[in-house]
Amino acid sequence: MTITEQAPNALGYSQFSVGGFTFSRDEYFVTVEWPTGNHQIAVDHWLRCVQRDVAWGFFYGIVNFDSVIGTMNHYGTVDMFAGRFNEAYRRAEVDYNETFGHEELLDCFKAMLSDWTNEGYDPFAAPLETGTAFGPSSGNNDDAVTRRRVVADRMVGVPGDEPLRSDESGFPVNRAFSDVEQAEPVIEAAPGYEGDVCSFNLFAYLSRSDVTWNPSVVSACKESLYCPTTEEFTLPVIHGNDRVEWFVQLSDEIQWDVEDRDTGAKRARVIMKAGDVAAMPADIRHTGYSPKRAMLLVWENGSPRIPEMIAKGEAPVHPVDF
Amino acid sequence: MTEYTTVFGSLDDYAKGGVQIVDDDPKYYAFSNIFEVASQAAPYEKVAVGKNLEYVLEVIRAEGTSEWRATPHDEFALVMDGTVRIELVDPATELVDAGSGGSMTLEDRPEGAAMGAVTAQRGHMTMLPAGKAYRMHCDGVGVVLLQTIEGPDTVYRWADICQTF
Repeated sequence: MTITEQAPNALGYSQFSVGGFTFSRDEYFVTVEWPTGNHQIAVDHWLRCVQRDVAWGFFYGIVNFDSVIGTMNHYGTVDMFAGRFNEAYRRAEVDYNETFGHEELLDCFKAMLSDWTNEGYDPFAAPLETGTAFGPSSGNNDDAVTRRRVVADRMVGVPGDEPLRSDESGFPVNRAFSDVEQAEPVIEAAPGYEGDVCSFNLFAYLSRSDVTWNPSVVSACKESLYCPTTEEFTLPVIHGNDRVEWFVQLSDEIQWDVEDRDTGAKRARVIMKAGDVAAMPADIRHTGYSPKRAMLLVWENGSPRIPEMIAKGEAPVHPVDF
Repeated sequence: MTEYTTVFGSLDDYAKGGVQIVDDDPKYYAFSNIFEVASQAAPYEKVAVGKNLEYVLEVIRAEGTSEWRATPHDEFALVMDGTVRIELVDPATELVDAGSGGSMTLEDRPEGAAMGAVTAQRGHMTMLPAGKAYRMHCDGVGVVLLQTIEGPDTVYRWADICQTF
């Protein structure tokens, strides 16, 4: 399988092909074509989705860009699909699925992000904080689309681990969190224990996040990963779970639409306010809405046992039985 | 320029959301609220509000001084309300099996060097290092969310804390 990049069109954008899929963009839309159909998505939405898929390494389970297009992670290989989780497409037999090596599809998406993201547009940013994605090709924003994802080994702030954020390191307090207390905890470490007595202000750290809907690991209790993130506007993707996922609302409010993972039938709305805890079952897909920038703790289990449990049907579908 | 107010919860002031069911069972979402759970807990009871295989999130009502506990793996204490002081000791001898999960209660302060202490307020996250011992103290009432592994003292009361209808 090869990725092909065609010469730029009249607007300056390259066209990309991988397997049976072809991707092209114009001033407003991305067009996806596959052997049995085609589909269009607004380019700002497309870039926000591809950006998350790249940053998360295709994440856990399914990343639906909308009700037609998406990817499904098999942790080594990844499916790109059209209409696979859409009953009408399946019934009409115009759905399509193709499996790629993880790096192969990732490389295609990375090249697309670089070529199709114009100067001044940041797919990670809230709409009020970035320029336009539309129009003819105009420069790039590679610094933004290749941001390194924070992954703490033990905890942010532990010597040798991920650093704290500050004005000096290029992370000013976000406009929506200007009232968040910035004082750090008082640490009294005995000589020789400076690397063990560690604490940091997580809320201040999050108030300085320059991205939205992008969980990053701030602490790891073995395979239990705290992946907080700041959320504003909408989660661009519709995340289809393959395992139970937990949310802790740290501040403000997010509302979630929850649908059946395979059919898209509505199952519930989940309204989360500060201090609320909720699980997302393993057989749903969800998307979120955050009218004001909010702090959300996404709690994940990164155990390498889970993909095998999923394959064998042994992974729990529901968080707890009671 | 728009002025924003960030809303955090506390024991004295929290609003709870909920699951609005269309075609599902609310129990599948294990929906609870940290402050509500803490308001109904005994001091330093470790009430699970999240569980993912062997891993748990525990809500702790910090009130007065806790017992000393030893942890075989890193734990992380996030203060959600109040001011909590955490003391740490490096035990002279191994107190817990490194392969076990969750912290265990100690009868008294273990023999060993004082490592220091952290005074943490809302939003502050403190590492409780593997192989060490700790205790917490709060002059008033505080709330801690603990990232850990289920242990003998993890309390499960899902039916009491979760939305069921």
